[in-house]
Amino acid sequence: MASGKNGQPVVVVTGRGIITSLGAGKADNWAKLTAGESGIHRITRFASEGLKTTIAGSVDFVPVEPFCSTELGERMATMVAEEAIEEARIGSKGDFPGPLFLAVAPVEIEWPHRDVLAAGSGANDAVGYDDLLRASASGRFHAIHERCLFASVAEHLAERFGTKGSPISVSTACASGASAIQLGVEAIRRGEAEAALCIGTDGSVNAECLIRFSLLSALSTANDPPQAAAKPFSKNRDGFVMAEGAAALVLESYDSAVARGAKILGVLAGCGEMADSFHRTRSSPDGKAIIGCIRNAITDAGLTPDDIDYINPHGTGTPENDKMEYLGVSSVFGERAKSIPISSNKSMIGHTLSAAGTVETVFTLLTLEHQRLPPTINYKVPDPAIPLDVVPNVARDAKVRHALSNSFGFGGQNVSLVMSREPA
Amino acid sequence: MADAPREAWITGIGIVSCLGEGADAHWQGLAERRIKVDAETFAPYLVHPLAPLDLDKQIPKKGDQRQMEPWQRIGTYAAGLALADAGVKGNAELLARMDMIVAAGGGERDVAVDAAVLTNKPKAANPEAFLNERLMSDLRPTLFLAQLSNLLAGNISIVHGVTGSSRTFMGEEAAGVDAVRIALARIAAGQSELALVGGSHNGEREDLLLLYDAGGHMLRGDFRPVWERAKGMVLGSLGAFLVLEARGHAEARNAKPLARLSGVLSERSSRTAGAIPAALARMWQRLVPPVSAGIAVISGATGAQPATGEERAWLKTLPDVPVRATSSILGHGFEPQFAMNIALAALALGREKLFPAVDSSGVEREYEGPLERVAVTAVGHWRGEGMALIEAVT
Repeated sequence: MASGKNGQPVVVVTGRGIITSLGAGKADNWAKLTAGESGIHRITRFASEGLKTTIAGSVDFVPVEPFCSTELGERMATMVAEEAIEEARIGSKGDFPGPLFLAVAPVEIEWPHRDVLAAGSGANDAVGYDDLLRASASGRFHAIHERCLFASVAEHLAERFGTKGSPISVSTACASGASAIQLGVEAIRRGEAEAALCIGTDGSVNAECLIRFSLLSALSTANDPPQAAAKPFSKNRDGFVMAEGAAALVLESYDSAVARGAKILGVLAGCGEMADSFHRTRSSPDGKAIIGCIRNAITDAGLTPDDIDYINPHGTGTPENDKMEYLGVSSVFGERAKSIPISSNKSMIGHTLSAAGTVETVFTLLTLEHQRLPPTINYKVPDPAIPLDVVPNVARDAKVRHALSNSFGFGGQNVSLVMSREPA
Repeated sequence: MADAPREAWITGIGIVSCLGEGADAHWQGLAERRIKVDAETFAPYLVHPLAPLDLDKQIPKKGDQRQMEPWQRIGTYAAGLALADAGVKGNAELLARMDMIVAAGGGERDVAVDAAVLTNKPKAANPEAFLNERLMSDLRPTLFLAQLSNLLAGNISIVHGVTGSSRTFMGEEAAGVDAVRIALARIAAGQSELALVGGSHNGEREDLLLLYDAGGHMLRGDFRPVWERAKGMVLGSLGAFLVLEARGHAEARNAKPLARLSGVLSERSSRTAGAIPAALARMWQRLVPPVSAGIAVISGATGAQPATGEERAWLKTLPDVPVRATSSILGHGFEPQFAMNIALAALALGREKLFPAVDSSGVEREYEGPLERVAVTAVGHWRGEGMALIEAVT
């Protein structure tokens, strides 16, 4: 089967890599995820005095000293790309035969960089940007320039893995990881490439990033015990838990995968998106963009809502997201919404932000492979306004042919992906 | 397999810079070689400051204006100009299926908060706790939304109603090239009919000077046009958006083409010596018809070295082709520079002439001949090479 809708190539997955706060690699992550383990813990990376939220799903087992979020993001991206390429057995070392699409948190000069520049300025009392500029102009801080360019993470990954062409770094906030996959799917469907490396990574657990979300009242403050804080779809849900992680996919045209005898791990059957013009952080109350986004993805896959057997939701555990996602799901699936299993990985790994769409795509592919649904943990107080089968607290087996994964982000971003176990 | 690539037209442009807003202000400013440089505000650094905008004209709600930092206002304003120019502004049916790709950096820091923290943190008993305390109490909650890269696109959705899709590419100059490249590729392949693509940049920022001068890339002292500098960039504040449209879609609604966007390529060269000229030569060969009379180059030369020197070396291989580097007048704006130069190419093609040279070093020469096509180059100050071919629709 060479082609799907409109004669375009069918896009399959031949490699997967993942890191979350649960651990590194597919085996470890899947075992812990289906055991209902939480990776959320008390923050030890920086002082938590004065913070309302003192927990996160940070990836502390990948050491970065001195800490730099962009550096951690790059290291995790490197690790998951290695895992995915190894599984796909594609190309040769340092020579990946296709483009790179990277979902990455916006890069910025971080406090440790600013501290180094301030110290280097020699200012002995008040420190202002004039002093920092004097230091930066000294020529002693070239490394800060390269590290803090937006292009730097993708450039370093492209160099290491030998991807082809100009690497693209995409941000659609918390939907970025899904957008990176969508860009890869589209490139293969256009016939520009036979394969694409799609990576999402986020190492944003630093004081300022946490405070930014805290000031928007987006984070759970249920700090004790940390493992119980993320409560998607529960009545007492009180926000998401910031987390880190990365995931990578090797996407390939079906023909290319078959021709080289690669094992097909799933099909990226459909992508949908729709932007919301209602508000910077909230969805339109009628759910129009979420509904449209989900429908677009299912239509793009050549399926109907009745074909979807499982939903991996955005499911952040904020009061707003889960309410609106329920509205979207119930509008698209109607009466069936109550009976389609829908379980939030974020109940265990927290919200991996820019990486979430990619991380949850890998988990959805593992769900299809193992025919087993990971649970939504911490589901103790059901919300009667959200009558869904959230696979409460305990994993279970199920027959899953087609699955939907949702990603929504600040700025009205909505992306949905449909994955299938086997080519149609 | 896929059908033959579909033709894409530029049916609207929206541009703002130190020259003002819109096509006429830019054409006039370029014709007069009007160089506006502020050497005082960020001395010893220079900047091409944004001409004052009447924000209400494109961002009618004060509440929306307040939610944005300048880089977002510049971009949202320019996007509105582009939509109006294409005749789609306010057309809910078209905007609901219009695709959007924005090339963006990040938003402004609150430099007063940064300075206060840097001054007092070393003296605090617990510096980390002090940082938490100050940020928790001094950061405006909505500042984050003004800093997030994808919130320029978000604001365009909110203010102008573009909701078909929304993607933001990051990565300085290369993001600007790839945004246009992907928007065009989607139209050519039938994945998109109508797209808004571009970006914005506020160059009047100490936090950006800090980043780029850490790399040794900023011009200090006296102003010179870009080809006349030994090295160094001068930042500009730019907003530039293009409306790209499948030819059939434009014809069906009687939209007039400003120009055809015939091709966009990007490369990631190793930046070893000679890699940039080789990349530019490859892209030129793939994009530009072999016998091309009436062609000019509009260059995105930044002033950074070795990038600009290598581009200059490549341009010497095209002795008959007139060259214009717009950063001499507009300043360098990173993400939106490529879209801006494509817009200026479309303007020049529409007026069937090239604007005057701003250079005494020999790269640019006056040209009064016919103009049928323009190659726009982008050689990123650190990484990324790109080229577009824009042609007159006859």
